[in-house]
Amino acid sequence: MVTDPRVSVIDRRLSGIKRIIAVTGGKGGIGKSLTSSLLALTLSRMGYRVGLLDLDLSAPSTHVILGIDSVYPKEEYGIIPPEVHGISFMSIIYFTGNEPAPLRGEDITNAMLELLAITQWGSLDFLIVDMPPGIGDASMDVIRWLKRAEFLVMTTASKVALETVKKVLKMLEELHKPIIGVIENMKMRESSAVQDELNGFNVPILGDIDFDMDLEDSIGDANTLLETDMATRLKAIAMNTPEFQLNSDL
Amino acid sequence: MHEWALAEAVIETAIEESRKGGLEEISEITVQIGELQQIELEVFQFALDEIAKAHDEDSLLTNAKMRLETERAIFKCRVCGTEWDYRDTCVNEDEGEAIHFAPEVAHVYVRCPSCKSPDFEVIQGRGVLLKAIKGKR
Repeated sequence: MVTDPRVSVIDRRLSGIKRIIAVTGGKGGIGKSLTSSLLALTLSRMGYRVGLLDLDLSAPSTHVILGIDSVYPKEEYGIIPPEVHGISFMSIIYFTGNEPAPLRGEDITNAMLELLAITQWGSLDFLIVDMPPGIGDASMDVIRWLKRAEFLVMTTASKVALETVKKVLKMLEELHKPIIGVIENMKMRESSAVQDELNGFNVPILGDIDFDMDLEDSIGDANTLLETDMATRLKAIAMNTPEFQLNSDL
Repeated sequence: MHEWALAEAVIETAIEESRKGGLEEISEITVQIGELQQIELEVFQFALDEIAKAHDEDSLLTNAKMRLETERAIFKCRVCGTEWDYRDTCVNEDEGEAIHFAPEVAHVYVRCPSCKSPDFEVIQGRGVLLKAIKGKR
């Protein structure tokens, strides 16, 4: 027998976390990382204890969005994520710096497993996970390892994005994974495309977020980000969605 | 003590596997340690012993010896086929520390000595594996 011991310890590492929300959507560029970052920031400012885990190892970007620089995890019975903007933040960038990480599927699986096995999150109300794009090895691994994850699915009204989102939803349903709902991002005009395309799924459409022309100017500044229309709208959607259970028992 | 987290994973897995295999007492756990992860063996051994003591509610691990085997890290270039040893590569202290935490980031800092490609395979010696458990049923 030769067994990889890391899988056995993941549940223990996540045991102090009340809820794990994985932000997914299939396609790259539809706002998963921005949504993950803003959701983590918003929940933290509301007084929740929040962690953010960037598992998009090929193109990690939440550190850029939140302006996280010059911090490093502490080594103590594993590694303890530094707290930035009130968020316990973990990303592969601590180890890769700004260099490209040319990782193949098996390498990504191993690196994600390592992060999950050695990160000591402690006690958190929410862990927000920025999921890898697509439904390949990386996503399947995360879905398998994060057994308690609930999925927040991002889309745009584009036929191209919706085609992939339908596949993601179908896969999550087949695996009996809880789906909080779908958010339409970067809305540019009134359209029923998202509703029409997702009609056959038993998944709530939580709301839409208008395309925010000024958002780019706020990248890297957490305080300014929280004042953007996208952040305001995302907070309203989260507050109005019973599945988020905000301000109920915390 | 990043070694502690990996030792904890080894003990948890050993307990799980022993229960599946119907063992009532573990006499020896063999752990294979890949050179790439640069585990400090004394620290790791200490952590394994301490965690085993702390997890020994049902005496499964009371007499368990921890056997550590090390394995050289060898890379093979996917482009030109060259094979080389990790110890022949030049990584600085910070890069080595990053590889210690997540061995895959070797792809960021190591290049094929022949063609300079970052597209290589770690054919052996990556990290920590549970190799064998001996015990009584």
